[in-house]
Amino acid sequence: MYAFVNGPLVWIAFAVFILGSIWQVAALYRMSKRTDKVFYNHYNSGAAASSIINWLIPFGSHSWREHPGFTVLTFAFHICLLAAPIFALGHTATLAFNLNISWPNLPDSVVDALTLVFLAAALGILIRRFVVPQVRIVTEPKDIAVWVITALPFVTGYMAAHKMLLDPDTMLLLHALTGCLMLICIPFTKLAHVFLFFMSRAFIGSEFARRGTKTW
Amino acid sequence: MSEQKPVNAADIRAVLERNDSARLRAWLKTCASCGLCSESCFFYLANDNNPEFMPQYKVRKTLGELIKRQGEVSREELEGMKEIAWARCTMCRRCSQYCPFGIDMGLMINIARQCMRTQNVCPERLMNIDQSYVEFGNQMQIPDEEFVETCEWMAEEGQATIKDLEIPIDKQDARIMFIVNSREPKYYPQDIQEAAIVMHVAGDNWTMPSHGWEATNLSMFSGNIGVAGMVAQSVYDAALKLNAQKICVTECGHAYRAAKYEGPYWTKQPNGQAPVEVTHAVALFHEYMKEGKIKLKHKFKDAITLQHPCNLSRSGDLGEKADELMEMLCENFIPMEPHREWSHCCCGGGGFIPMGPDYKRTRMVAGKVKAEQIKKTGAKYVLVPCHNCTDQINDLNKEYDLGIKIVSFKQLICELMEVPPHMQPEEEDE
Repeated sequence: MYAFVNGPLVWIAFAVFILGSIWQVAALYRMSKRTDKVFYNHYNSGAAASSIINWLIPFGSHSWREHPGFTVLTFAFHICLLAAPIFALGHTATLAFNLNISWPNLPDSVVDALTLVFLAAALGILIRRFVVPQVRIVTEPKDIAVWVITALPFVTGYMAAHKMLLDPDTMLLLHALTGCLMLICIPFTKLAHVFLFFMSRAFIGSEFARRGTKTW
Repeated sequence: MSEQKPVNAADIRAVLERNDSARLRAWLKTCASCGLCSESCFFYLANDNNPEFMPQYKVRKTLGELIKRQGEVSREELEGMKEIAWARCTMCRRCSQYCPFGIDMGLMINIARQCMRTQNVCPERLMNIDQSYVEFGNQMQIPDEEFVETCEWMAEEGQATIKDLEIPIDKQDARIMFIVNSREPKYYPQDIQEAAIVMHVAGDNWTMPSHGWEATNLSMFSGNIGVAGMVAQSVYDAALKLNAQKICVTECGHAYRAAKYEGPYWTKQPNGQAPVEVTHAVALFHEYMKEGKIKLKHKFKDAITLQHPCNLSRSGDLGEKADELMEMLCENFIPMEPHREWSHCCCGGGGFIPMGPDYKRTRMVAGKVKAEQIKKTGAKYVLVPCHNCTDQINDLNKEYDLGIKIVSFKQLICELMEVPPHMQPEEEDE
């Protein structure tokens, strides 16, 4: 079991994540050639780029500036979500050992901090879902599901590193399992916003630019 | 009665299929239900932050349901959706500027409207207007001859102010083919006269078509895209027939959007461009002022603010020009906050004004945001370059006791401009 999860399953998960995402993007791209002529007719690369970049910068868009609390939460969430796994020693060492690819890691204490900030932000986002009426009214079970799927690898990773609750090997197994689950879910759930964000933002940036309007 | 007819789900599915696009699929999949669109919506703000007024919820309860159930809904349910799609959204598209994914919820509401329109679930008056476009070519059942007569009458009457004032009808090869909102011949013929005076004094080579003169396109809001395309086509045809260089839309918001941006798609023009360039009175007057074709006796002195119509300044490209024109015409221009493309809808758009008295209360409640914006400027004059905004702000003026006066660009220019001596009538009539 352990060997499968930490071996083939990880490969499968990454393959599903990468190929699944490529397939989704390619399918939408192919469809768009037929159904979204409005995009190609008026494509404006500058506006498409601005529409993406300004939304990737904290407080870079009108909307971020008008919602400072959520902006802090969402950027803390997403930055830590990427940084913690990419620079965790456990991950870089595994990669270096198995694939001979390596990049610097962050000290454990920093990765711990990133993980805790991530979990705090995730908790904040979840609480907001239930407390803020205009968010609660549009919250569906699938919103909670993707939240759980995203949070679990971090909870298990932290507990494995700190030998909490279960013995580290079992926890590590759960960590790999939940990590794989998240990767596999990305192309097929709301988590697809990982790549759809860039597509929909490019579209709206360009669509409004032909009307002289900014969407950031 | 059509009310009793069962819902034809196949018709609804046909609309959904026609509107099925990669972007729509991406939007449906990607929305993270974050709620950031809420405060962008004036309906939400004006209704005490009632979450049922937040954009995503409104889309979910209309288009979302129609897609999920593939049109298999009851007439009662459609009636419920109607009150959301028409009475809780003007498709002003401000929410798409506030959505992290740029989801165009206004467009999604429009698709929902198209679905409902196939079942004749739509505010009655908008459906009557569709019919009027088909029968008369305009929304107010005006025969073309009557329109031409009105123009002749206005030209003649205007000669008291401007010597030899003309309203050329069907002139070939003009630079500008001016088209109007049928409210003008019907209720405000003075508007036609004022526009004519401005173009005449500027020395422009212009005309109006005897058919295809209607600029409005309310079928865009009723959801009857077939008729919307027909109306847009008749404007393009008129310009092509007269070999006009440009189509210029009167001070009306949605008419500009329809002719310039959406019409080319309804009428399947290559590359999504209108066959004849489309411009607007705001841009035309801006050009006159900038090039010195119109000179002023003096600028307008009182404090004045500007209403940015959504379809000119957000879904159209005239926000900046309108502000510049204000600066050129007025000494004391106080913009509303927020303004230009970030401006709030006044709640006159999206078909609201023509939806009539049944929806007036809703309109007055939701217009609170605009009323407060106006109040905050402290200005007692509001320049409104759009017919629907004008009606709405007039109503808001009474409802919220704003004590303001509403003017249009042409009106203001007529008041302020210098008429060259050779255009002045020989004898002053006192």
